[in-house]
Amino acid sequence: MNLRRYSKKKGFLKLIRKEYLIEKGFFTLAMVMIATVLLMFAFVVIESLPAFGHSGFFNFLVGLRWSPDMNIFGIFPMIVGSILTTAISLIIAVPMSVSCAIYLEEMAPAKLKDYFKPVIQTLAGIPSVIYGFFGLTLIAPIIRNIFGGSGFSILTASVVLALMILPTIISLSQDAIKSVPNQFREASFGLGSTQWQCIKYIILPTALPGIITAVILGMGRAVGETLAVLMLAGNVSVIPSSLASPIRTLTSNIALEMGYATGIHYSALFATGVILFMVIMVLMIVSTLCSK
Amino acid sequence: MKLKQNLTKSLFASSAAFTLLALGIVTGFIVVNGIHVIDWEFLFSLPKDSGSDGGIFPMILSTVYLILITGAISIPVGVGSAVYISQYTSNEKIINLVRFISQVLSSVPSIVFGLFGLAFLVFFLKMGWSIFVAGIVLSLMAIPTIFQVSEVTFQTIPEIYKEGCYAMGASKWQTITTVLLPIAIPGILTGIILAITRAISEAAAVMYVVGSSLDIPISIFDTGRPLPLHLYVLASEGISMSNAYGTATVLIIIVLSITLISNITVNHYQKRIMGCLN
Repeated sequence: MNLRRYSKKKGFLKLIRKEYLIEKGFFTLAMVMIATVLLMFAFVVIESLPAFGHSGFFNFLVGLRWSPDMNIFGIFPMIVGSILTTAISLIIAVPMSVSCAIYLEEMAPAKLKDYFKPVIQTLAGIPSVIYGFFGLTLIAPIIRNIFGGSGFSILTASVVLALMILPTIISLSQDAIKSVPNQFREASFGLGSTQWQCIKYIILPTALPGIITAVILGMGRAVGETLAVLMLAGNVSVIPSSLASPIRTLTSNIALEMGYATGIHYSALFATGVILFMVIMVLMIVSTLCSK
Repeated sequence: MKLKQNLTKSLFASSAAFTLLALGIVTGFIVVNGIHVIDWEFLFSLPKDSGSDGGIFPMILSTVYLILITGAISIPVGVGSAVYISQYTSNEKIINLVRFISQVLSSVPSIVFGLFGLAFLVFFLKMGWSIFVAGIVLSLMAIPTIFQVSEVTFQTIPEIYKEGCYAMGASKWQTITTVLLPIAIPGILTGIILAITRAISEAAAVMYVVGSSLDIPISIFDTGRPLPLHLYVLASEGISMSNAYGTATVLIIIVLSITLISNITVNHYQKRIMGCLN
């Protein structure tokens, strides 16, 4: 009652209504994001159902043949492809980037550190298609000369993917190492440890959850990367026999055939997307578990 | 002992040097090969013979359109959601849901966004192929980054500023616009720049929704072909390597200059804000 009397006098009600509308406006914006994800998820799953119905979920997953013209859809070689390229790129990138982060945080002179932080962040913004182009013009010929074949292979794609995820892992591991409290270092040096012992027994174990998160984020980028891999991996859908043989990944399968696919084939590409999405979700859950 | 110490140090130093060298080679190699291709004619003329000759003006224009559309959609949604989550609601369920959703959205591979754009926007809603549709797809990719960075920024603002403002009788809206946003702008801007540079470097998500035509896009509802996609087509179909180097160099220069200019501006602004507060 009191409120109403004030409101008549001062336009208080108007103010309240305005604030209410603003709050609802912000609420709507927040809901837009949720609605988008649900819509996207629903749409991709619905579009993929005909393909799963056609081949059966299990057969689709472990089928060895992908021949759209004969309506045979099996994506096992591509799952192998995605896992192999990602794993090899991590084997190359993780030791390099973690030791780079340790050097920059623990050993480098302060000036060098200030100078390199923005450089690395900028490098993280270089478009992936540029890395793909670089691989096409420089890495693929090198691989061709060493191993023979076309030069478009697992190894080519992995090397370029490794370069691509370096800045991400370096910059995030650097943050993780920086957040180790200084007392830890002082206590370790106070006990007479060398710098290497301090890094090995104190800093790395303390920063490990952060470093794992960094690696997983890099891994997510590598699994989801499309064009760089499409340009470099050769895109043949078979189980590879060596590191120099070509391969097709889940992402490049979608990108390659989306332009002309129709019917069940079109739906099978959405099914590939669903599998890709599941792989990424598993990675996300693992990373949350690891960092705890 | 001393020897071992030095050995460790030089080992780490050389690995850091190697890493940075490798990354330097990537950009250096492309810029060195591409810089001589770029002149006014390359930047401001039309491509000829499907891109093997001529310039890249339509692609630059498409990329500029995409920056504007993506910014216009993703900034309000991203920052708005962050304001709602950090200032308006205290409902843990909603907060956690929105955070989880933004994490999911940011981990979706770009090609899946492209799939969704093609199936939903182009075919289901019958919007057809256009730069505008590509802009919507890229906005979806940019929203989670802007949201996450803005939310963290709002959280770092000390409660005391807000309380001071309320104590002087300001409404919530006034507090947000006059106190919180000005303090948060450097942080929010960093997030926006990060998201936008990622959006304009993206080719996979737009390759099937943007139409990939070589004509000059007059309006945002025309088809077009942004720079990264043009580079991909030139390089993977082997149309013209020298034009591909040129396009790649232009793309690198655009991305690097946006990052550099925004970093300088943000630092400058941050210093000014901090000067006022102290």
